[in-house]
Amino acid sequence: IEAIRNTVEQVKLLDRFSNKSTTGTLHLTATHLIFVESNATSILHHHIASVEKLSLTTSGCPLLIQCRNFRVVHFVVPRERDCHDVYSSLLRLLRPVSYDELYAFSYNPKQNEQQRDEGWQLIDLGAEFERMGVPCDQWQLTDVNRDYKVCETYPRDLYVPITASKPIIVGSSKFRSKGRFPVLTYFYQERKAAVCRCSQPLSGFSARCLEDEHMLQAISKANHNNRYVYVMDTRPKLNALANRAAGKGYENEDNYSNIRFQFVGIENIHVMRSSLQKLLEVVGTRSLSVMDYLVGLENSGWLRHIKAIVDAAIFLTKAVTVEGASVLVHCSDGWDRTAQVCSLGALLMDPYYRTIKGFMVLIEKDWISFGHKFADRCDQLDGDPKEVSPIFTQFLECVWQLTEQFPQAFQFSEWFLIQIHEHIHSCQFGNFLGNSQRQREELQLKERTYSLWDHLLSEQQLYLNPVYSPSFAETHPVLEPSTQPWNFKFWRNMYHQFDRSMHPRQSILKNTVMLKENSKELESTVRELQAKLQKFGVSTSPLELHSQQKEQAQEDTPVGSGEERTVEGSSATENGYGEIKGSFGSKSEPAIVSLEFGVARMTC
Amino acid sequence: MEFSEHIKTANVEDVVLKLPFQPPMRGTLCVTGHHLLFSDRAEEREWQLLLLLRNIDAVEKSVENLLGYPQHPKAGQSQRTTGSSGTIIIKCKDLRILQLDIPGMEECLNIASSIEALSSLESITEMYPFFHRPRELSLNDPWGLSSPEQDYVQTERLWDRWRLSKVNSDFSVCPSYPGAMIVPRTVDDDALVKAARFRQGGRFPVLCYCHHRNSMVIMRCSQPMTGANRKRCREDELLLQAVIDESELGYVIDTRSAQQAQQARMTGGGFESKSFYRPWRRIHRHMERGKVLQESLIKLVEACGDPSHNMDRWLSKLENSKWLSHVHSALSTAGLVAECVERDGHSVLVHGSDGTDTTLLVTSLAQVILDPASRTFRGFLQLLEREWVQAGHPFQQRCARSAHSHARLRQECPSFVLLLDCMWQIWRQFPLALEFSEALLLRLAQEAYASDYGTFLCNNEQERCTLGVKENTHCLFQFLLRCSEREKYINPLYEPTELAIWPSVQPQSLQLWTGLFLRWTEHAETMAEAREEIWTIIKEHRERTGAEETTHTPPTHRDTFTAVENLMDELTIL
Repeated sequence: IEAIRNTVEQVKLLDRFSNKSTTGTLHLTATHLIFVESNATSILHHHIASVEKLSLTTSGCPLLIQCRNFRVVHFVVPRERDCHDVYSSLLRLLRPVSYDELYAFSYNPKQNEQQRDEGWQLIDLGAEFERMGVPCDQWQLTDVNRDYKVCETYPRDLYVPITASKPIIVGSSKFRSKGRFPVLTYFYQERKAAVCRCSQPLSGFSARCLEDEHMLQAISKANHNNRYVYVMDTRPKLNALANRAAGKGYENEDNYSNIRFQFVGIENIHVMRSSLQKLLEVVGTRSLSVMDYLVGLENSGWLRHIKAIVDAAIFLTKAVTVEGASVLVHCSDGWDRTAQVCSLGALLMDPYYRTIKGFMVLIEKDWISFGHKFADRCDQLDGDPKEVSPIFTQFLECVWQLTEQFPQAFQFSEWFLIQIHEHIHSCQFGNFLGNSQRQREELQLKERTYSLWDHLLSEQQLYLNPVYSPSFAETHPVLEPSTQPWNFKFWRNMYHQFDRSMHPRQSILKNTVMLKENSKELESTVRELQAKLQKFGVSTSPLELHSQQKEQAQEDTPVGSGEERTVEGSSATENGYGEIKGSFGSKSEPAIVSLEFGVARMTC
Repeated sequence: MEFSEHIKTANVEDVVLKLPFQPPMRGTLCVTGHHLLFSDRAEEREWQLLLLLRNIDAVEKSVENLLGYPQHPKAGQSQRTTGSSGTIIIKCKDLRILQLDIPGMEECLNIASSIEALSSLESITEMYPFFHRPRELSLNDPWGLSSPEQDYVQTERLWDRWRLSKVNSDFSVCPSYPGAMIVPRTVDDDALVKAARFRQGGRFPVLCYCHHRNSMVIMRCSQPMTGANRKRCREDELLLQAVIDESELGYVIDTRSAQQAQQARMTGGGFESKSFYRPWRRIHRHMERGKVLQESLIKLVEACGDPSHNMDRWLSKLENSKWLSHVHSALSTAGLVAECVERDGHSVLVHGSDGTDTTLLVTSLAQVILDPASRTFRGFLQLLEREWVQAGHPFQQRCARSAHSHARLRQECPSFVLLLDCMWQIWRQFPLALEFSEALLLRLAQEAYASDYGTFLCNNEQERCTLGVKENTHCLFQFLLRCSEREKYINPLYEPTELAIWPSVQPQSLQLWTGLFLRWTEHAETMAEAREEIWTIIKEHRERTGAEETTHTPPTHRDTFTAVENLMDELTIL
């Protein structure tokens, strides 16, 4: 590997929202940009979305780096030449053109081959369909796509109604955009209702396809409880109409028997991309007023889009769980909005997906295997900027909104979501590389890279939700979220995850996790001690033990550090309430970096 | 009693009560002098609803008469025409909305007019606190938590430079101040009287907080009456000079904009001019008050009641209400005051115009930021007593009506609710630093508007003395501190810290207080369950560390753990 090394000293790192700055040394390695002061901040090159050299100031040459995980760093390099060196090196490094350049192919967590294989085998989608009760008397596994002949963006293993013969499948796939014909993605066992997904039909203004009509009929027949199939077109009606001119479009209710057609109006990737951009612009403003914030939040439309996705998922869930109807979901190509709605719907219907392992399975199924174009959407390789869009980020945010409404329903906390988000861009693990399963096989990811799921499971302690209650799942198997607008909140811990001054200064989550862990530790230690004491033939009552502990504890209590006048990174200067002239700008703040875990952890 | 003349129909059977997100209940409705009672038919022993009439902000009635007018108005209930009925929608000051379907048009109208009349009685001694006599409380119990005298005696660091003045013991110097106040030692009572004449409403500068780290102080007052021709008052100037040493600086935080302060001169008010108050620097921080704040609350509550599920509409209504901007300016002004005292080491004088609303908001929030003592359960209630009740925040006027009322606005203003909201924001950011929980803030928000207790009655101490409030009502703060009540409002995660807690005032860090404004929504339940769960975890942990006995000082868990570890090492050596 070509190792680019570059070290610049006396670089200033400016805080984004206050006048604070720290001085340290900037190192550039082949994979990371590292800033070292009393502690190190490291930024993976893959996370960098843009580097900008701003105009020269008296203190040096400013370099503004924006990252895909919403970190924004503002360096000031004393010498212009150094700044330019770093700038041009970064430009070269942050636009990989081939997959081989990605970090995943050089990342080595010191595992042997067997461990690596085991890591990849953690998630087994075949087993997942079995868990749902498929194959069964109405649904079967088809080998039609074994060699990616029918649809190259679908996985090899697909589940279809038993009455859907091969010619029907092939015929239907020819009538669907990118060959993405209707297949099963979730089976609601209780009502034998299916959630299927596909892409838009190539119906144009009047085209029909008998095989496709048969396909939908087969889905309808597979459900004995309710003959009606809801067809959810997740696009706004206008977009669908416009597609007709291009020979695409939507299902004509007259041609398909037993369908109920419905638009749900989620906007396309371009709207979503610019919406997030607007949002980030607003919340990145220095000394933002409350009014401008709220106006900006509204104008960005971001929360409206998030709500639209949740609304669609609720619609899907109701159709399946209340009416017992099967639902077919599609958008244009069936890999963005369709993935969002299907996976979120399944999450509402099935408590399994609200566990750590289950959530991984859900992502693996609805996003990775069904060909959400992670490489394009997350801009992994230097590609078309118009293909980039925060579709998966939106999905994670929808899940977060739900965790806020149902604090006890999820096994994981928001740090799990944030950590997953970190890795769709990090290209450190193989899971999210490429655009489809076929491409991943060609890249031999399972042989050449490691699985993120294995890594996350190994540190799952960090991601547990302390108030998760499995019994909540029993009483609430299906979540019925409220769609009142005030339930949709700005996700500060995602979009400001690196802006320390904005976080709550003390965290209930962190504290409760710590208490719970300590309790567990203490309990096991006490048990151990008792066992040992017994071995020595000494018997002490637990009370004595307590009093001993207390004495000891008092001795150990550290003398209050009088100098430190802040609570977990809280300080007056950071907040800038004031306009008192020059009186205390020079006083240095104690540097306490105690971020919530999961955030700002280095990626190496 | 005169109440009876307002009650034409005391009882109605077969009434349907609809509470938010609950199935309708059928039962008996009863109006008394102070309460609205509703009891379920099935279990008559148990009151399903006991609503203080004072809590009712607005009544909306609509009647339907399908079969024409009732033939004989005098006819008994049994002969009531079947077709007539009425609906009363009751909007409470605690923001709850309930609906009563009442059979019989006449009954409905009677009940509605009784509620309207009884809920807006003006006479304070006829209010419920004067009649509330629970068995477990006695009128001889102590009233209030502390007095200026006690505060002074207990704070040793004051004795050197400050004294207790009883110049106002008959409330003649300043009707809205308490009988005793802490003032600079070098200023005598005569000077105070003169300074009081120079300040609006006689509210001359008094001490409200002395910082435990550097003995810098926060003082408060009302605006100086400089007027258009820049009047001066030597005594007022000397009083302020006495607060700080020659070489030092002080800050006057004026809660009005510079322009507003200028305009105030036209009506006799004004501000401390630089030339006459040399060591003091003035900073203007505009904060809304009065009508503007009340209208903001009304708009916010209206937005929260909007049934549409439209995101943009909600955000624009939220923004339109400007409530969060008020939260922001209150917190950041308080932060500025705290910053001056703690980081800059200067004393601060806070005032607006009257010195009874924004001034108190700022001084009390600054104390919470700076002073660990005011973050305890008792300490916070003491702070409220000192800075709001005794300092003469006119609760009676400010909390006469709330957000639902159609009545013409008079002196209403949700300053106190704004304080509680700011406290909630601080709690969100420092969930371990306060000894009390959100539940206490909610309770206080309710009690300020309608209460069984006398604490928030009247506008100032003088009125309380005249009406014998302390002799004839019970004290809310004392009641809340009783063990059984206290338990409901304790923050299980509390870990005291000596440090100042600086809240972030970035708009992204501020949130709508859903606990108050969306209190009556469906999901309050799942949130409560989660809180319960946190409680359980903490209790389990306490049991394991054996800390139940010392609830006041939660142990440092790590230390306990190392202690166990050390023990284990010893054993291994053994």
